[in-house]
Amino acid sequence: MGSTNSTLIKIPNVDELIQETGFSTAHIIRLHDRFKELDKERRGYLCPQDFGAIKGLAINPIGDRIIGAFFSPGRETVDFYTFVKILAHFRPADNSRPKESSSPEPINSRTNKLKFVFQMYDIDKDGKISRIDLLKALRSMLEMQVTEEQLDSIVDRTIQEADLDGDDAISFEEFRKSLEKVNIDHKMSIRFLR
Amino acid sequence: MMTRILPLLLLLVFCCLSVRCLQNQSDQQHHKRAFPVISIHYEAVRTPFEVALWILLASLMKLGFHLIPRLSSVVPESCLLIAVGLLLGGLIRVIGENPPVLDSQLFFFCLLPPIILDAGYFLPIRPFTENAGTILTFAVVGTLWNSFFVGAGLYGVCRLEGGGLASVDLLSCLLFGSIVSAVDPVAVLAVFEEIHINELLHILVFGESLLNDAVTVVLYHLFEEFAHVGEVTPGDVFLGVLCFFVVALGGVMVGAVYGVLAAFTSRFTAHSRVIEPLFVFLYSYMAYLSAEVFHLSGIMALIACGVLMRPYVEANISHKSYTTIKYFLKMWSSVSETLIFIFLGVSTVAGPHVWNWTFVSITIVLCLVSRVLGVVGLTYIINKYRMVKLSGKDQFIVAYGGLRGAIAFSLVFLLSSDDFAMKNMFLTAIITVIFFTVFVQGMTIRPLVDLLAVKKKKQSKTSIIEEIHTQFMEHLLAGIEGVCGHYGHRHWREKMNRFNKRYVKRCLIGGERSQEPQLISFYNKMELKQAMMLLESNSSASLNTAGHTTTTIEQSSRRTLNISKEREEEIRKILRANLQKTRQRLRSYSRHTLMPDPAEDDWSETHLRKQRVEIQRRMSLFLTGPAHRQESPPMRRARFESDNQEHVTRPSVPLNVTPVSSVLQDSVTIDNESEKSDESRWRRHGGDEKQEGERGIRGRKPSVTFALDLDEQKRSRCLSDLGPNQLNEDDEESFLSH
Repeated sequence: MGSTNSTLIKIPNVDELIQETGFSTAHIIRLHDRFKELDKERRGYLCPQDFGAIKGLAINPIGDRIIGAFFSPGRETVDFYTFVKILAHFRPADNSRPKESSSPEPINSRTNKLKFVFQMYDIDKDGKISRIDLLKALRSMLEMQVTEEQLDSIVDRTIQEADLDGDDAISFEEFRKSLEKVNIDHKMSIRFLR
Repeated sequence: MMTRILPLLLLLVFCCLSVRCLQNQSDQQHHKRAFPVISIHYEAVRTPFEVALWILLASLMKLGFHLIPRLSSVVPESCLLIAVGLLLGGLIRVIGENPPVLDSQLFFFCLLPPIILDAGYFLPIRPFTENAGTILTFAVVGTLWNSFFVGAGLYGVCRLEGGGLASVDLLSCLLFGSIVSAVDPVAVLAVFEEIHINELLHILVFGESLLNDAVTVVLYHLFEEFAHVGEVTPGDVFLGVLCFFVVALGGVMVGAVYGVLAAFTSRFTAHSRVIEPLFVFLYSYMAYLSAEVFHLSGIMALIACGVLMRPYVEANISHKSYTTIKYFLKMWSSVSETLIFIFLGVSTVAGPHVWNWTFVSITIVLCLVSRVLGVVGLTYIINKYRMVKLSGKDQFIVAYGGLRGAIAFSLVFLLSSDDFAMKNMFLTAIITVIFFTVFVQGMTIRPLVDLLAVKKKKQSKTSIIEEIHTQFMEHLLAGIEGVCGHYGHRHWREKMNRFNKRYVKRCLIGGERSQEPQLISFYNKMELKQAMMLLESNSSASLNTAGHTTTTIEQSSRRTLNISKEREEEIRKILRANLQKTRQRLRSYSRHTLMPDPAEDDWSETHLRKQRVEIQRRMSLFLTGPAHRQESPPMRRARFESDNQEHVTRPSVPLNVTPVSSVLQDSVTIDNESEKSDESRWRRHGGDEKQEGERGIRGRKPSVTFALDLDEQKRSRCLSDLGPNQLNEDDEESFLSH
C-alpha cells in the first residue's frame, strides 16, 4: 500500500485526472507503469519512436495513424496526462453513474468515441472524410492486394451510402448516422480499463 | 398416322398373347393359375412406402398450418405438430395397430444430424465468439448445476414419499436429472425462430443448447455405467471429469479434421461442380458418425466441422452449389424437425405409461426452479466479466427459453429396463416435462417478449460502411491494446487472422481467391446480390437507383449526372457479367453435367462474338507485322485458330489487370452498339468465320474440325459455374487462359 501512495504522489494532477477520465486509482497506477515501461530513457514524456517500438503497432495496418492520434497537432511529445486522456476514450461506458446534465460529457461517451474514430479517418483535418481520406484508409487496411478500380468502386459506394447532403464527403453527423446500428460501446472498449 | 396406329398394334399384340396364354392353359390342363395381370405386393415395398408416407404427411401438415392464419400466429408450429402426432397416434391405435415409437437409432442417426448441421453451418460466428465465455458457462456449469439440483431434489422427494418411489435410488435420480436438464436445440430453434428475438439472446440460448451436449453425453454415460456396475469410487469421479474434457475436445477435434478435409477437397472440385454439395454433407455426416463411434460428442463434432469448413468451402464452390447446400440443409432440417415433433406426439400415445403425480409434478417444479436459480446465479458472476451486461429481462428470457425436447426423450428411451426399473415412469415424466415446456413456455414466450419489450432482431441491410468501420475499429482497438500492453482477445484474434491469411487460406482455397482480402469478398458479395436483385426486378428504371440504399433514393435523383452514369456503367457491367454467368451453356450432353437452357442461344452468341472481338483486338496489339498481309479468309482463319489455341494452352499469361478492364469497357460499349454494326464488322472479316461460329454453336456434336469451337467449348465450360463472388475473376477468366 505504501508503494501505491508514493506512486500516486509522483504523478502530477492525479485527482484532476481521475475526475476527468473516470479511471480508478488502480488503473492510473497501471497506466503509469506502462508509461514508464514505454519511456525507456526516462524522459517523462514519449516520442514517436517509443511508440514505434511496440511490436503490435508495427504490424498493425493503421499503426501510424494510431501513433499520430496520441500527438496533438504541433507537439512532438506525449506526457502522461495526455496519454491517459487519450486512453480514456476506450473505457467502457458506465451506466451506473448518474447523469448530471451540468457536467460535461465524459470522455468515454459514445459521441466522443465516434469523434476519436472520425479524427483517425480524417487525416487532412478538414472536418470531413473526403474521398482521398477514405482511399488512403482503405489502402492501408487492404495492403496493396487490390486494384485501383476495386478501391475506387468501394469508395464510391461507401460515400454514396453515407453521404446525405451530396457534398461527396462524409461529415461527422453523417458518420454518426451510418453507425447508429453498431454497438460502438462494445466495439470501442477495452475491458480492463473499467 | 403412325402415332395412331402404334397403340392399336400394341393392343392387338397384347390380346393375341393373352389369348395364346389362355389357350395354352386350357390345352395343358394343369393346375396352373392364370397369369396375374394386376397383383398387390405391399410387403416388399412396405418400409420405404411408409417412410415416404410419413414424410409426405409431415410436409403436408406444414403446408396446412400456414393456411390457417390465426392459428399459426398464436401457437408455435412445434405445438401444432405434437398435437397432430397425438391425433395420428390415436388414430392408429383406434385402427388396432401399435403406433410406432420414436426409434432412438432413427432419431440419432437420421433425424438429428441435419438439424445440427444446418445450425452449425449457418452459425453466426461473430456473436458466437464474442459471447463464447458466457455460452460455455451456461452450457457447462449451468447444466451441471441443473442435473445435480434436480437429481438430488428428486431423490430427497422419493425418500420422503416412500411408497412406489422408494426403489428409486440416487444414481437413477441423478441420471434422470442429467437427462431432463439439458436444453434441447431442436425445440429452442423451433420456438425462437418464430419470435425473432435479438441476436444476443438468440445466440446465448441456442449456443448453450448446442454446447451442453458434451456435458449431457458425459453425465449420461457416467451414470449409466455406474448404475450398471453398482458402486462409485472417487477415482471414478475424477475419471468422469477427465472424460468430459476428452469428450468435448475430442468431438471438436474430430469435427475440425473432417472440416479441413472438406475444405481441401473443395479446392479441386472445379471440374465436377455438380457433386460439390455432396462433399459438404458427407464429410459432416462422417464427422458425426466418427465421433459417435468413440462416444465423443457428435453434436460438437458436427458444429466444429460446419463452422470450420464454411469460409473455405464457400470461397471454392460455385454459386449454384452454395444455393444447393443452403436449400438442401434448410429442407432436410425442416423435415427432420417436423418429423421429430410428430413422432413425439405419436410416441406419447404409444409408450407404456406409469403415471405418478408426485414424481411428475416435482420434476416440473424442480426443473423450473433450478433453471431460474442457475441462470440468475451464473449471470451475477458472468456480468462481472462482460462488457455488455445481461439485464434482468435478458436473464428472464434465457431462463424461460430453456426448452426440453426430443433428445431427452430418446435418451430415456435408450435406457435399459433391467438397470432402471422405473424406466416407464421416467418416460412419462420426461414426456410431461417436454409437453409442458413446449406448450406452455413455447406458447407464452411470444406474448411475454412483446410484453417485456425485449429487443427484437434488427432487420438491417448489411452495408459496406459498417463493414469498413468495423474492420477499422478492430485494427484500432488491437493497436490500442498493444499500447496499453494488454493482450486481450483482440490481440489473439488479429494473430489468428494473420495466421489464417498467410498459411491456411493458401492451402485450402484454390486459385486466385486465396489472396482476396475479406473486405473485397464482402464487397463483391454485396454487388452480386444487388445485381441479382436487379435481374429479378428487371426494370430499366431501377438501373439508375441501383447503387443506393433506400434512404438515399431521393438524394440520388438530385445527384450530378456523371456519378449516376458511372454507377450505371458499373451496374451494367455487373449485370452483363452475371447474365452471362447465369445462362451458360454446355456443348455436350451428359447425365453428369447440368442441362443448358434452351433460351441461352442468343446470349452465348453475343458472348462468343464479344470474345472474338476481344481476341482480335488483343492480337492487333501483339501483331507487329506490316499491313500488307493480304490473307485469304481461310488462311486468316487458320492463323486466328492457331493464335487462339496458343492463347488457350499457354499457362496463365500474366496480363496487367488494367488492360483487361479497359478492354471490358470497350466490350460494354460494343454491346451498347447496335447489332447491325456488329454484323457489318463481322462481314468484313469474312462471312465464313461467322458461319463457322454459328455452326459451332448450333451443332450439338463435338465439332472437332473447328479448333475455334473447341476453345469456345473449353472456355464456356470453365465459365459455366463460377464461384460465388467472382466479379473480377470472371473477367480475368474470360481473357486469361486456364
